Amino acid sequence: MSASQPAFLDLEGVSRRFGDRVVLSDVTLAIPPGRITCLLGESGCGKSTLLRIISGVDRPDGGRIRMSGAEIVGPDRFVQPESRRIGFMFQDYALFPHLSVAENLAFGLRHLPKAAQRDRVAEVVARIGIAHLIDRYPHSLSGGEQQRVALARALAPQPAILLMDEPFSNLDQGLRERVRRETLATLRRIGTTAIIVTHDPQEALAVGDLIVLMRGGRIEQVGTPFEIYDRPASPYAAEFMGPCNRLTGIFSRGRIETPIGTFPADLDLPDGALALACIRPQALSIGPDGHGISARVMAKTFMGESEQIDIMVHPLAETLRMHSHVRIPMAVGEKVSLQLNGAEIHVFADDGLGANGRGTNPRETID
Amino acid sequence: MKADTTIMRAMLAGAAIFTGAGVSAQELNLYTSREPGLVEPLLQAFTEDTGIKVNTVFLKDGLVERLASEGESSPADVLMAVDAGNLVDLVERGLTQPVESEALTAAIPENLRDPGNQWFPLSMRARVVYAAKDLELDSITYEDLADPEWKGRICIRSGQHPYNTALFSAFMTHHDAAATEEWLTGLKANLARKAGGGDRDGAKDILGGICDIAIANSYYVGLMRSGKGGDEQKAWGEAIKVILPTFEDGGTHVNVSGAAVAKNAPNRDEAVRLLEFLVSDEAQKIYGEANYEYPVKAGAAIDPIIASFGELKVDPLPLTEIVKNRKQVSELVDRVGFDN
Amino acid sequence: MAWVTDRSRPARSLGFGGGAWIAASLLVAGLVLIPVLALLWQAAQGSEGLWSHLAQHVLPHALGQTAILMGGVGVLTAVIGTSAAWLVTAHDFPGRRVLEWALLLPLAVPTYIVAYAYLDLLHPLGPFQTLVRAVLGYDSPRQFRLPDIRSMTGAILLLSLVLYPYVYLPTRAMFMTQAANLVEVARTLGTSRRQVFGRVALPLARPAIAVGVSLALMETLNDIGASEFLGVRSLTISVYTTWVTRSDLPGAAQIALAMLLLVVALVSLERWARRRQRYSVSGQRARSFAREPLPRAQGLAALALGFLPVFFGFLLPALYLAAEAWKRFQFAGLSDRLLAEARNTFVLSALATVAVLACGLVVAYAARVFPQKGMQLVHRAASIGYAMPGTILALGILIASAGLDRWIGQAAGALFGVDPGLVLIGSGLALGYAYLARFLAISIGSVEAGLTRIPRSYDQSARTLGQGVTGMLRHVHLPLSRPALAAAGLLVFVDCMKELPATLLLRPLNFETLATHLYGEAARGTYEEAAIAAWAIVLVGILPVILLARVGPGASRG
Repeated sequence: MSASQPAFLDLEGVSRRFGDRVVLSDVTLAIPPGRITCLLGESGCGKSTLLRIISGVDRPDGGRIRMSGAEIVGPDRFVQPESRRIGFMFQDYALFPHLSVAENLAFGLRHLPKAAQRDRVAEVVARIGIAHLIDRYPHSLSGGEQQRVALARALAPQPAILLMDEPFSNLDQGLRERVRRETLATLRRIGTTAIIVTHDPQEALAVGDLIVLMRGGRIEQVGTPFEIYDRPASPYAAEFMGPCNRLTGIFSRGRIETPIGTFPADLDLPDGALALACIRPQALSIGPDGHGISARVMAKTFMGESEQIDIMVHPLAETLRMHSHVRIPMAVGEKVSLQLNGAEIHVFADDGLGANGRGTNPRETID
Repeated sequence: MKADTTIMRAMLAGAAIFTGAGVSAQELNLYTSREPGLVEPLLQAFTEDTGIKVNTVFLKDGLVERLASEGESSPADVLMAVDAGNLVDLVERGLTQPVESEALTAAIPENLRDPGNQWFPLSMRARVVYAAKDLELDSITYEDLADPEWKGRICIRSGQHPYNTALFSAFMTHHDAAATEEWLTGLKANLARKAGGGDRDGAKDILGGICDIAIANSYYVGLMRSGKGGDEQKAWGEAIKVILPTFEDGGTHVNVSGAAVAKNAPNRDEAVRLLEFLVSDEAQKIYGEANYEYPVKAGAAIDPIIASFGELKVDPLPLTEIVKNRKQVSELVDRVGFDN
Repeated sequence: MAWVTDRSRPARSLGFGGGAWIAASLLVAGLVLIPVLALLWQAAQGSEGLWSHLAQHVLPHALGQTAILMGGVGVLTAVIGTSAAWLVTAHDFPGRRVLEWALLLPLAVPTYIVAYAYLDLLHPLGPFQTLVRAVLGYDSPRQFRLPDIRSMTGAILLLSLVLYPYVYLPTRAMFMTQAANLVEVARTLGTSRRQVFGRVALPLARPAIAVGVSLALMETLNDIGASEFLGVRSLTISVYTTWVTRSDLPGAAQIALAMLLLVVALVSLERWARRRQRYSVSGQRARSFAREPLPRAQGLAALALGFLPVFFGFLLPALYLAAEAWKRFQFAGLSDRLLAEARNTFVLSALATVAVLACGLVVAYAARVFPQKGMQLVHRAASIGYAMPGTILALGILIASAGLDRWIGQAAGALFGVDPGLVLIGSGLALGYAYLARFLAISIGSVEAGLTRIPRSYDQSARTLGQGVTGMLRHVHLPLSRPALAAAGLLVFVDCMKELPATLLLRPLNFETLATHLYGEAARGTYEEAAIAAWAIVLVGILPVILLARVGPGASRG
């Protein structure tokens, strides 16, 4: 394996328990080379543990991992982390407090001769743009500076895979955007295989070439950002990736019938079975009364570039939420008519959580 | 923080209890640098005889400083010390008062007494030589101990210990500083191990094969051989024989334990009564029986174990002269690196 | 201490509360400094010809011996303490949990007791050499004996075996709270498990090791008993000799102060050497890193290795003492005074611990809330008593207490016309004062370590929520630093219980503790009579050590 050749990973049945708690259960996954993969999920879903297992600082209780075809973890094999050529960037950056920035950067280069170490440090410093920090100690750096030093340190030994655990979560909003852009640009330029752990679906959608959505130690869905967002495999996936209006309906001959309309549904269900429709807020639009389903405006929240409107449709017990990017002239309490854009409606077999699905919406607990 | 007030209250309560001691006239307060185990049998007998309760505090090396710091408020009545040097220190710091007492002057031989009657010796011990039982040795002088024939064969405790500085001071009083330095150098060269430990370690180390002779105090032999310290110590005591060494032109070096009445003694009468009791036949017998010391009172009984050493010929030089050399001797000990 | 207890006062008047804290802190530091000043005053009395004598005949040897002793103990405690800490935090093996607290047990045994125990155990007449002779077929020690333990090597080994927990304790805490991510990131940067220790853990633990070693060295400097037993002529012995044998207190004070300067210089040097490194505490996620499970054989070897210091530093001498105590008990029964002495020891140490802890809290907390340069100085000054040989500091406290007593006496005489006698010395308050002056450093240090773990943002939010300086302490800092306070309390307790020179010099009439009883017997060479007291000291000391292990940082983690 050449130094700069990005690696790919195959995980097979990886499991991990902490005492009685199952943290990872039979995870099988392929990570493509030279791409950015996001491990996405709420806290405690096992994504960080998976990252630690890939890096080698933790061991799975079962399963195999192959890196570019060669087994690094298996029943009879465990390649030590220092021999894997996998870089790791921690959420708190984990810069060595007793070493200067330059010494931190050279930490992973001990195998090289001094001169080569210096050259490599200079190269990575120039690439990340931190030449001015080189003699400082970690405690005197700002959060953004620490992040960049940590990135540079992880990249310095030219890892075949770079793992990043919530790399942007310690930065404040404005800084986060910029650092994320810069980091991505660097990763793309190098063309390394990167795995980024995040709990933020927006970040995953923006950053990942591939998203692995995890839930309770299992993989919920794997796909490109478009696949995950547009074709969620489960109500959980749909709701995790963005707000949804849940409607229960009856499946019948390739369609689902709900109180507000009937939609095509490609589900393998017997006729008469309960089914679920998740309607994105942007799939709904309203017009003056009389041109669609009759509804009433219950609340309006102005959000700048859009407006959030809660509307009540007979006979639903709960209001539906919609987003509108054009100004809505109707006042609260006014009668309106509701229209639907079928592309933003996802249908599933019923998950048994009822029309509202309350309590399972992970977005509520995370935001 | 409630705890603080509770502590304050507890401490004040404690203060009341502690300071309550020594108020009654039927009590007296004793500051001693003599170990409690040696003093207690005597005090018990005193309290039984007189009904006077004795409050004690064992202070070891800090006796002088504690007394001097407390000044006029000091509750101390009687001061007891293990060593003539310590007693002279007390006198020199002005912490004692003279006592005129028939009973005391009658009981204590003049050559042991302080001319100013500021302090009184109560018991004696000799600095003797312990020798391995099978060693062919019947007599020895202190001067002989520096003879190269003893090279690597002698055990002794630290040269800075008061027991030894007193002996070395006596040597210096007999000879002079230069001769003492030479003698100390020779003695140091003869040591089987570093100077250190206690006197009983001498006997133990003889049995342990480390040395052939040891320099130590007489009464330890009584404590060991009597079995009071257990069977092991009995074995140490029986592994040795005791030789009473002498100076070439004198006798065996002895030191005394003694007592004085504190300058600001609140209970002076009781204090004098204790001193007088301590030279009574009853008390002198306890010194001999319980502690295996030589009584100061002429004619008082000596324990058979101690008597078996032979007749003690006390060095005639006055202790008050000897102790004057202590500081210089202590510097000589450093100078020859005796303990190094 | 109304400024701490007053609940009725609205807490938001920050000005007054703050002023009171600074004043209290100054008062504590002042109290601790008085004995040192008293010694300075003593030293200034001059001691004719002392230094030329010392320079010519004492210092060359004593300095060399002291340097070797300190160097040896420093290196050995660092090695034992740090590797033991690494062993139990980085590896998993059967018995690790027990080992984790058992490694603290030597704290319970005073150095002089251990020295005495070993002297007897390893003496040619002792059980070990008797066994060796029996095996080799000799029947008398005159034919065969092993080298004498009474040597510099013996002293270094014994002191290190008892003092290493001072390094083990803070280093283990450092590994447990700070090392996880750093160790793991180092692994992913190509550092093997073996190399991690040298390249990451060790440099990271350096401040903790430095603190621990300096505590161990101060204990070494303070030691007279063990050095005396083992025949090592350190500077401390010279101080003692100058005072006792030559009745030269000014001279002794001069040497002690010179030693103090040396210690201060060494500590400052160490601080200076790592002046650019700061160990910012990340308040979040003090996660202990994944312990490396060791295979069976290696695990047993690790257990055996980790058990060595426990065995030699505690178990062997403790068992020996137990056996001696039992022998003595059968021979002479139990002295009824022993119970009273144990009670005195316990009550005195407990009361003193509370006071020392409270004062430590005042100083450490004031230094946190008012982080000006001046307060840092107060803070350093308050720690000074621990850096002096206890014997000499005790004399300083005696002079100070007696002075205060005289002053109180005069004041009481003038105001009420009564003479209260010696209020401080007569009541035992002087003992509390002595423990405060001597052990405040431990309390300040531990409390401070606890406080630094509390993010500053908590202070700010508490203040904006209407808590004054005092209310903030009660509602935020005290609850959050409870484990650190407990650890400090237990260390102070064990130290008070073992303390000898000040206790001996300053206790009231008819008041004995286990330590003074022990000394009384040891001083006349009747060690066997002291066996039960020695065993009792160890017993009383074990309890807080076990408690310490339970409340210490991360102790409850798996």
